[in-house]
Amino acid sequence: MSEVVLSEQTRTKLAANADARVGHLRRLLAGDAAFYWACRIAAYSVLLLLGGIIVSLIVGAWPAIKTFGYHFLTTQRWAPSARPEPILGGLGPIYGTLVSSAIAMLIAVPVGLGIAIFLTELCPPRLRRPIGMAIELLAGIPSIIYGMWGFFVLGPFLADTFQPWVISAFAGIPVLRDVFAGPASNLSLFNASLILAIMVLPFITAIAKDVFATVPPVLKEAAYGLGCTTWEVVGNVVLPYTRVGVIGGGMLALGRALGETMAVTFIIGNSFPIKASIFAPATTISSAIASEFAESDGLHQSSLILLGLLLFVLTFCVLSVARLMLMRLETKAGK
Amino acid sequence: MNDNPFYTVRKRKSTIWMTLCLAATVFGLAWLVMILATLLWNGVAGLKPSVFLQSTPPPGSQGGGLANAIVGSVMMTFIGVAIGAPIGLLAGTYMAEYGRYQKLTTIIRFINDILLSAPSIIIGLFVYTTVVVPMGGFSGLAGALALAVIVIPVVVRTTEDMLLLVPNPIREAASALGFPRSHVIRHISYRAARTGLVTGILLAVARVSGETAPLLFTALSNQFWSVDLTKTVANLPVTINNFINSADGNWKQLAWTGALLITSAVLGLSIAARSIGGKGSKS
Repeated sequence: MSEVVLSEQTRTKLAANADARVGHLRRLLAGDAAFYWACRIAAYSVLLLLGGIIVSLIVGAWPAIKTFGYHFLTTQRWAPSARPEPILGGLGPIYGTLVSSAIAMLIAVPVGLGIAIFLTELCPPRLRRPIGMAIELLAGIPSIIYGMWGFFVLGPFLADTFQPWVISAFAGIPVLRDVFAGPASNLSLFNASLILAIMVLPFITAIAKDVFATVPPVLKEAAYGLGCTTWEVVGNVVLPYTRVGVIGGGMLALGRALGETMAVTFIIGNSFPIKASIFAPATTISSAIASEFAESDGLHQSSLILLGLLLFVLTFCVLSVARLMLMRLETKAGK
Repeated sequence: MNDNPFYTVRKRKSTIWMTLCLAATVFGLAWLVMILATLLWNGVAGLKPSVFLQSTPPPGSQGGGLANAIVGSVMMTFIGVAIGAPIGLLAGTYMAEYGRYQKLTTIIRFINDILLSAPSIIIGLFVYTTVVVPMGGFSGLAGALALAVIVIPVVVRTTEDMLLLVPNPIREAASALGFPRSHVIRHISYRAARTGLVTGILLAVARVSGETAPLLFTALSNQFWSVDLTKTVANLPVTINNFINSADGNWKQLAWTGALLITSAVLGLSIAARSIGGKGSKS
């Protein structure tokens, strides 16, 4: 064994190297911590965003809340330039929002489920992807395009053919006579609902397709083995098994329909008084904001923000329920 | 096979329901075809080079184009994504890499899913009260920020989903070599999930480039060539919105052409995102 003798020069070099290495490691760790905190702050910013939206809406709506209180929810009159004080009530837009979304769901849920059943049970495998993608493209078309199309193509078409037919068909029946009352019009609650239905269709189909895929093949095979027809398998096995997911998907679509703006603004007619007929013009919260906000000020603007706050609370509740239902399904599928 | 009337009735019932399902599919596809056909029919007529070269014309005049609106839209989309995507990427990284089993992550995921489907007009109101009012006027910057708020949840969602697909042994192997955590994420996880992350950003671009509602009272729009982000900036969706309802034939034609451009851009982007990502993102 021989002593290793290091020259003075080598020793300082080594020490310098060690220092450099410590420095390098320190920088690495600092970078590591910086990246961690950047991620963490970004994650918190998502929460902050939601908080910011709620707080800013409440602050903006405060003058209207203070002035009108609960009466805002029960007043139908919307007169921003009334003298001496403007009279503003949100009942019209709230009614329009709820009814147009409800009609849209009545149309979209059966059709969306039908498409999902077709894609999972009937469709030849080779066509499954292209058809599924085409339906998803419906979700990609910008809202304003639906609006233009509804205004120039669908509206006149419905007013000339479908509406007069329905109006005359129900003319003799007491209550329905008022619901489907004339005159036929290019701009109506029903047209807006139909467009909304088409817009949310892809969301229902996509989620239904996904939850249908969670049905264990063994269950379906067992039902087929007992001699069930395709419809009996769908009605007795697939739908009961996926009920929660289907309802969750429907709620998600409802959340979308409630807040849809541009398409509705084009075709609903923006008329605040509530009419019994679904063929009459109406308004929704989002279309009221879209058409009036840029030229509003003072109490009028504050009232529009209050409408926005109500819309946000409404969609928040609907979407929360939807997500909780879908989450429950995910944990079930995970087991 | 069996002539028992009971079986025939059941079979017939099934056939009827399945035909209805087929009809639903045809119904859904018919709308897509009709909308695209209308757009092509009305839009192609006005598709001339001048659309891309000249600014929006004053009312009642001939010619002109959409150059200022296209540039404004591209600029705001770019800035919106440039602000929103990094935040979304980092937040998604936190949820998938650092806080995968934390309660916080579950809460953020829940909130993010709600923001993902929140009405875009509410985002417009939010930006109006927090940016437009303090800045003292409508501006392109406010429009870009509104778009960024819409981008964030889309990117968060896809980033988290894609990072969760990266197999853990790869991370463990990298950590065993002595990589610090951030290096593992940036050099291993990101690389493994790269196509997925790009897909997410493309989907976000597709989502915001057709948005109209949040721009109505943030960026507003104008008639001129303007790239100053502190003032109103012309943009395609709001220009379409203003032109389509006018009685001016030239304006209307430009609106249809703009609608065709915007739809083909959005659909092209989403098809591109889906084909490189392989698997489409949900909702």
